[in-house]
Amino acid sequence: MSENYIYAVARIRALEMSLFSQTTIEQLMAVKSYKESLQFLTEHGWGDSETDTTDADAILNRETEKTWDVIKEMVDDMSIFDVILIPDLFHNLKAAIKTVVEGEVSAEVFYNNVSVKGSDMIEIIKSKNFSELPESMQKCAEEAYECLVHTGDGQMCDVIIDRATLEAIRKAAEKADNPLLRAYAETTVAVADIKIAVRSEKTGKSMDFMKRAMAPCETINVDRLAKAALSGMEDIIRYLEETAYAGGAEALASGSSAFERWCDNQIIETIRPQKYNSFSVGPLAAYILARLNEIKTVRIILSGKLNGLEDSAIRERIREMYV
Amino acid sequence: MSMGTVLAITGAVLAVILAGMGSAYGVGVAGQAAAGVVSEDPSKFAKVLILQLLPGTQGIYGLLVAFIALSKIGLLSGNPAELSVASGLMILAACLPIAIVGLVSGMHQGRTSVASVGIVAKKPEQFVKAMLFTAMVETYAILALLISILAVNGVPV
Repeated sequence: MSENYIYAVARIRALEMSLFSQTTIEQLMAVKSYKESLQFLTEHGWGDSETDTTDADAILNRETEKTWDVIKEMVDDMSIFDVILIPDLFHNLKAAIKTVVEGEVSAEVFYNNVSVKGSDMIEIIKSKNFSELPESMQKCAEEAYECLVHTGDGQMCDVIIDRATLEAIRKAAEKADNPLLRAYAETTVAVADIKIAVRSEKTGKSMDFMKRAMAPCETINVDRLAKAALSGMEDIIRYLEETAYAGGAEALASGSSAFERWCDNQIIETIRPQKYNSFSVGPLAAYILARLNEIKTVRIILSGKLNGLEDSAIRERIREMYV
Repeated sequence: MSMGTVLAITGAVLAVILAGMGSAYGVGVAGQAAAGVVSEDPSKFAKVLILQLLPGTQGIYGLLVAFIALSKIGLLSGNPAELSVASGLMILAACLPIAIVGLVSGMHQGRTSVASVGIVAKKPEQFVKAMLFTAMVETYAILALLISILAVNGVPV
């Protein structure tokens, strides 16, 4: 019922006041050094008393945790946000399989805000008890594990899991029964398919590879997109111009960073109408996505400053803000 | 007690129950939204409290009409009049505008209050505009109140 989210949406409205606007991002851009940028973030309340304020990753990870913590306080059934959490969950699967097969153990590569934590995932993969995983992961986990064990092909392992991720996102969106989450899932899958086509065109991948990697969706015809990718970048652009992603075609023509930026901005455009919705779970999902987008943008700026990139190079990668 | 008196009392009871239900819903949902904002920004308490209270008036209007109706039939003075069925039905009908409009407008005013609380959360300086949106719904409750009072007073007992 829409009344279930009245308290949460009002609280989110108050929290949206502390989201970074385009002006705040410009202020961060204007800060001269990497160290001063970290200071700027802590002055704006990023991190907390227990966070190492000289460690950008610690600050950004804490902000992600804070976002999920506040949502958990307001929502009893977090499964409604599976659409957003699924990529993190499948990332844990990918990391666990590689950790088990290749023997590189690092707790830092796992996300903790998902239903199956990294350490549990490793145990499941080690014991090959794939049935203990969520249903949408079982088949792909076994397939990806066997693939990596027998062929050592890490890329194919990633492709199997990434495809299953996209399919799980679409299924979760159908279950969530919310127009925003459905639109977000559709945009996410379509944008992922376009990215696969672009990368496949650049690296000369086959039709079979693309068909295996791309997940079907309503707004993109994956067969036509894959055929276009085989013919060349111009054909991809031409095909996209016929779809709802014509802006992506324009961005593609400008370069890969413009395209990546367009992909993220597309998500922000999808969630923007939620600023005027007071009665559903939509504004909560929009807030989570806006926060993740904000954290990603700050990460881009910080890594640009750390690596001494020109301001213009950083600026062309900056995403649009929700507020 | 005559059937007419029973019908008149039923009208008064309906005015209190239905208009009160509308206000209870409206104040309830607006209160949830107000609590959401105050949990993050307690300085907005006074503004959101006013927005929460606005849908509460329908319940008061229902109470007022019920008082007038009960007073009209002499129930409050302990000497109830023996009304004809026609007079009782007339008082029942006279109570219905505030009963029904109070229910519907209270619910809608509550939802408008929720949206207005959202405005105050983000732009507290726009409080007056936010309040006006909510107050607009009140117009129809006042119109219904007016007709109910005039009609109850006009019924010959």
